[in-house]
Amino acid sequence: MTRVFVPCDSAALSVGAYDVAVAVAAEATARGLDVTMVRNGSRGLFWLEPLVEVETPRGRVGYGPVHAADVPSLFAADFLSGAAHPLRQGVVEAIPYLANQQRLTFARCGIIDAYSFDDYLAHGGLRGLRRALELEPAVIVGAVIDSGLRGRGGAGFPTGIKWRTALQAESAQKYIVCNADEGDSGTYADRMIMEGDPFILIEGMVIAGLAVGATKGFVYIRSEYPHAFRRMRRAIGVARARGLLGADVLGSGRTFELEARLGAGAYICGEETSLLESLEGRRGQIRYKPPLPAISGLFARPTVINNVISLASVPIILDRGAAFYREFGSGRSRGTMPIQLAGNVKRGGIIERAFGLTLGEIVEEFGGGTQSGRPVRCVQVGGPLGAYWPRHLFDVPFDYEAFAERGGMIGHAGVVVFDDTVNLARQARFAFAFCALESCGKCTPCRIGAQRGVEAIDRVIRGDRPAAQIALVRDLCEVMRDGSLCALGGLTPLPVLSAIEHFPEDFEPLRRPVAAQ
Amino acid sequence: MSRVLANDRGTPPRLSEQQVSVLIDGHGITVPAGTSIMRAAVVAGIKIPKLCATETLEPFGSCRLCLVEIDGRKGTPASCTTPVEPGMTVHTQTERLSRLRRGVMELYISDHPLDCLTCSANGDCELQDMAGVVGLREVRYGYEGANHFGAKKDESNPYFTFDPTKCIVCSRCVRACEEVQGTFALTIGERGFGSHVSPGMDEHFFDSECVSCGACVQVCPTATLMEKSVIANGQAQRSVVTTCGYCGVGCSFEAELQGDRVVRMTPYMDGKANHGHSCVKGRFAWGYATHKDRITKPMIRATIEEPWREVSWEEAIGHTAAEFRRIQQKYGRGAVGGITSSRCTNEETFLVQKLIRAAFGNNNVDTCARVCHSPTGYGLKTAFGTSAGTQDFDSVLDADVIVVIGANPTEGHPVFASRLKRRVREGAKLIVADPRRIDLVRMPHIEAAHHLALLPGTNVALINALAHVVVAEDLIARDFVAERCEADDFATWCAFVSRPENAPEHVAGITGVPAAEIRAAARLYATGGNAAIYYGLGVTEHSQGSTMVMGMANLAMATGNLGRSGVGVNPLRGQNNVQGSCDMGSFPHELSGYRHISDEAARALFEAAWDVALEAEPGLRIPNMFDAALDGSFKGIYIQGEDIVQSDPNTHHVEAAMRAMECVVVQDLFLNETAAFAHVFLPGSSFLEKDGTFTNAERRISPVRKAVAPLAGLADWEVTMALSNALGYPMNYKHPSEIMDEIARLTPTFAGVSYAALDRVGSIQWPCNAAAPTGTPVMHIGKFVRGKGRFVVTEYVPTDERTGPRFPLLLTTGRILTQYNVGAQTRRTENNVWHSEDLLEIHPHDAENRGIRDGDRVALMSRVGETTLRAQVTERVQPGVVYTTFHHPITGANVVTTEYSDWATNCPEYKVTAVEVRPTNRWSQWQEESEVLRESTRRVAVAAE
Ligand SMILES: Cc1cc2nc3c(=O)[nH]c(=O)nc-3n(C[C@H](O)[C@H](O)[C@H](O)COP(=O)(O)O)c2cc1C
Ligand code: SF4
Ligand code: SF4
Ligand code: SF4
Ligand code: SF4
Ligand code: FES
Repeated sequence: MTRVFVPCDSAALSVGAYDVAVAVAAEATARGLDVTMVRNGSRGLFWLEPLVEVETPRGRVGYGPVHAADVPSLFAADFLSGAAHPLRQGVVEAIPYLANQQRLTFARCGIIDAYSFDDYLAHGGLRGLRRALELEPAVIVGAVIDSGLRGRGGAGFPTGIKWRTALQAESAQKYIVCNADEGDSGTYADRMIMEGDPFILIEGMVIAGLAVGATKGFVYIRSEYPHAFRRMRRAIGVARARGLLGADVLGSGRTFELEARLGAGAYICGEETSLLESLEGRRGQIRYKPPLPAISGLFARPTVINNVISLASVPIILDRGAAFYREFGSGRSRGTMPIQLAGNVKRGGIIERAFGLTLGEIVEEFGGGTQSGRPVRCVQVGGPLGAYWPRHLFDVPFDYEAFAERGGMIGHAGVVVFDDTVNLARQARFAFAFCALESCGKCTPCRIGAQRGVEAIDRVIRGDRPAAQIALVRDLCEVMRDGSLCALGGLTPLPVLSAIEHFPEDFEPLRRPVAAQ
Repeated sequence: MSRVLANDRGTPPRLSEQQVSVLIDGHGITVPAGTSIMRAAVVAGIKIPKLCATETLEPFGSCRLCLVEIDGRKGTPASCTTPVEPGMTVHTQTERLSRLRRGVMELYISDHPLDCLTCSANGDCELQDMAGVVGLREVRYGYEGANHFGAKKDESNPYFTFDPTKCIVCSRCVRACEEVQGTFALTIGERGFGSHVSPGMDEHFFDSECVSCGACVQVCPTATLMEKSVIANGQAQRSVVTTCGYCGVGCSFEAELQGDRVVRMTPYMDGKANHGHSCVKGRFAWGYATHKDRITKPMIRATIEEPWREVSWEEAIGHTAAEFRRIQQKYGRGAVGGITSSRCTNEETFLVQKLIRAAFGNNNVDTCARVCHSPTGYGLKTAFGTSAGTQDFDSVLDADVIVVIGANPTEGHPVFASRLKRRVREGAKLIVADPRRIDLVRMPHIEAAHHLALLPGTNVALINALAHVVVAEDLIARDFVAERCEADDFATWCAFVSRPENAPEHVAGITGVPAAEIRAAARLYATGGNAAIYYGLGVTEHSQGSTMVMGMANLAMATGNLGRSGVGVNPLRGQNNVQGSCDMGSFPHELSGYRHISDEAARALFEAAWDVALEAEPGLRIPNMFDAALDGSFKGIYIQGEDIVQSDPNTHHVEAAMRAMECVVVQDLFLNETAAFAHVFLPGSSFLEKDGTFTNAERRISPVRKAVAPLAGLADWEVTMALSNALGYPMNYKHPSEIMDEIARLTPTFAGVSYAALDRVGSIQWPCNAAAPTGTPVMHIGKFVRGKGRFVVTEYVPTDERTGPRFPLLLTTGRILTQYNVGAQTRRTENNVWHSEDLLEIHPHDAENRGIRDGDRVALMSRVGETTLRAQVTERVQPGVVYTTFHHPITGANVVTTEYSDWATNCPEYKVTAVEVRPTNRWSQWQEESEVLRESTRRVAVAAE
């Protein structure tokens, strides 16, 4: 029996993994071969997807990108024994892109059968939870604080501190909410975990529940992720059947229930308070803080709301210890971060590494430059609200503080690469337009300001009193940054001002490549 | 919008033991923990610019004008949403803040029409004020960008317009509709720049769930939501604080005036009954006061076949006095009497009963409260010793279980209902006992824990079953009962309710309410924390109305739900001054303060004060007056402000009685149905035209203040006085305050009440005397007024009004939000757009059986009469029960109601009539005749030039 792995991750499916799986099965049957097909998640080497792997004594050998039409030739070349083929990538673990990573959170992703609880256990699953079940809540919280884990959803708030607040809040009912609304452009880490290793998220949420005394959790999944939603729902069903969830978690007598909910299809619903509104059945609109959700969140109960990656990083912290985790990283940015490389880049994919590697390393060494072959002009880091980084800042280390110092942010660690055809005045306009499109409309600076920003940049682009308009945009940016109720309006100035600052030439009337387009 | 609050503290007060001290712009201030920085600042005398915050609503944090800087904190938090913390140092005015505020205002104005000078809010607009405060001088964005200038005006509501071009999307209106009114009619549609206020799903206000309470208009800081009366007339120049003339909630209002013209009525923030809220009637339906139908000249005629003749006041009064004296000489002193009005002031009511007792020389005085809440007075006095509800309205905010029996607060007592709903949204449990599925059973964010949908007429069976469960399951508050109630009575009562015929399983067969439901409701009431009962005419207007009132009192005593905030037995009074008219001695057997006329000491007090001998025997009640008129012994009646022909049961009987009299004097605003039978018409004065007081359902005496001069020249009290003087009994009050002083002198529970005191504290809940100088919000604290609480055995006796083969359905009656009782006022306002006719609600099964479709004209027949109206097929009523309102004279719902009444008080049994319904295509004979009569008896002779 040979085990063949054909990923079932949406990214792989979108480039034909399903057809490949069908073809492999058909071909194996036709040839009378004893092949067991495993539908794993993705390794996150997207330029190789669909990446078909074969288990061999030397390790898992990968072939990719495989199309259904390639399948007969793979069989003909005896890929089942890891033989040579033009698509052969060698032992997957040895591919430098992967070999150069430090996979803690994604340690299992792409390796195991995502639905198999046994596979999960066989690869070290539940060790963190088992440990947590032996600990007092405060000790669990202490471990998470000590690990230095910070929120991976964007704001980078220390996860353990948030948990401590919720633990100390007194209430008969508390909740754990997982933010899986993943709306940042160029990001997909949350989705990959839900599709490739859902039990790690469930385990992390159960640990969070134990830590703060919550017995009920929700995973709020972006509506554009129907596949992840189905997989998560199914995994929750399995977890319940296997005693990970329910009234008696792993026989401990502790309760934790979990429910997956489909999001409302708005970027703003990823913001935690508006996510809570949406979970409560209302329109996704921002609540003011304080009170913090950890004190008064879902249905006005203490609620821990964390990103998928934050929660999925908890099991290993409990398993291997806070010290192990905090060994990784630099400065106040501890542990690893799954960086998601996308845009105009040769080798897009997930790069889980300790904080501290530079933008240059990410873009050039991992990414291999642009897909178009043209020079890289800039990257945008942290989603649509992140700053644009010019090449001369590519030595900046990937680290919360280092980024903030230079007017940027890490956010959910999406890195989008642009080549030299990009026009930054257009991108600044896009930032306002995005904000205008996604604004919940509650506060004045964002509701009206974003629209006015678009109009002002349009005047700049038209060459209509550009200097005055840029001054106006700067003033507007101050009002939005300091005046907005939430970070959507508050961070929109980041891409706008970084574009103006680093690429002033794009805002000059004489150089108007867009007009020519 | 309404007038900008002069001292709006921005966010609601917070109650906390803990006090927090902060430094704001160098001023130290100490406030309760949880208070916003904004509110703390106002308390310290510092105003922070704001637009989305207002004291009546929870903070929202959307406009971003109120940003401040706090030492040691990053950024510029909003002061409305940030609570004070110990030791905080706050700066409200810095260069940076000025820039931000100007920037925000620049954005606002970039999407705002620049027509301030012609705007209806000009001079009273918060946006305008704030633009001034932040020093906006220029809008650099220009006006070519995206905007809402083309948005369509919604003028569908008869009283206010919605002009979205002026909207700043502060959501105050949305929040007011949710938090204050509890209707949830408004939302914000779309998002981002497209965000806009949307009634329902972008419907017109009129087509939405909106009940036109005006809460949204009240809080709107711009001209977006604006009263049409202000658009038409402009801003007011002066205002007078007064009390609503409609229902028993007794909301406090500011009448806003230009000269003698009312331009707007706005709910008064400091009004203790309403706290700045209102309903469509008080807020908007005041146009009747100047309606062309108002009669402003006295009129007389010899017979009702003749047209009316306008005469001078002197002639009218002289004629009336002469007639009454003639009748008394011919038929005896007891051949005349009068009816006081629950619509008029305490002072006027007091005066009318004084006129009758002192000048007519008999006790033939009764009041229209007879037909609504007389059982309340009887029942509560028997049980507790006071003829009034036990709580103030605010008490409901401390209730954990709220029981609504035979009342429909969202229609009848809307402002109280809003507070009740708010408490339910906060988590209190609700039990509704009503034959109909009233709105409270289920509406946005409200769901009753139990709806006990009993058959009309079975209240007492139900209350006994609830009591049975409390006793059988030992849910009794033993300590309370032992300490505060009569032990023997209690034992007798326990034995009585324990009898098997009172068990829910047996009573289920009578009431139609499943036994399990009764048991669950009883347990909830007895064990759910503070439990409060609110009831209405669905309790009192029954042959066992008084029994039911005592039954509820029993239940409350047995479970210890009396004598503190959050509990009690509370009547929801129908008319503005039902409580007051009862207090003022309007009943034939009682002097003011509920002292029996046979009580020597009480009578002596009045005789001394009035310098006249009083009869010791109670006089005639209203139904007895009718009977006496028909047997020829009662010939003259003075009716102030009540339309007995339309509102009293069994119209045929009443009409016959009226025709049998020789001098019927009607004092009213309009030629009402009763005036058709009158010989003298004395024009009345509306609540805007006189000074006085009203007493609401929570015993709150609130001032009514003269906003404009009486249209007819005299206020009602002056007319009564003139009549008395003409009869030879002198009355010489210069002002109603002197009448109140007399009331206070003669009535122990009013001893501390005076106009000066009312001016000082706004309103007073009686008893107000030396023992309770500031009044009494909650009664029976520590001890019942009568000493020990009295349990009364309340045996269920089915009404004689039974369904049978000829009349198989039960008719019950009620009110609707937009109309008021006989409709004389509300029908003369735009409120008619909501309810232009009375409809008969009938269950689809019953309709189907009779071939009735929604909207069909149907004949409604009982053994006493027949009328017709249109049917509304709905599952709101249960099979076997039909329901209608009684607001329109042409419907004449009381043509079918019977003469049955409460055994103790004669309160008519309006709520149960056996009827049959069948399709028809023409009016009933009564309707035809009364239409003719109405035409012929309303003629006024044209005065010769
Ligand atoms: C406009 C906006 C969108 C956001 N979208 C997401 C999102 O899609 N996923 C997410 O995890 N956090 C998102 N956040 C951040 C959340 O508000 C919140 O900080 C996060 O869920 C907290 O979890 P963490 O501490 O684990 O990061 C968003 C924030 C803003 C202002
Ligand atoms: S910044 Fe934008 S998204 Fe955030 S609250 Fe304000 S309007 Fe809503
Ligand atoms: S709403 Fe206020 S600011 Fe707007 S036009 Fe009217 S008065 Fe001027
Ligand atoms: S209608 Fe008035 S209250 Fe409502 S959002 Fe607009 S400006 Fe604010
Ligand atoms: S008038 Fe009252 S019910 Fe109607 S929308 Fe305004 S607040 Fe809501
Ligand atoms: S008043 Fe505070 S944000 Fe509007």
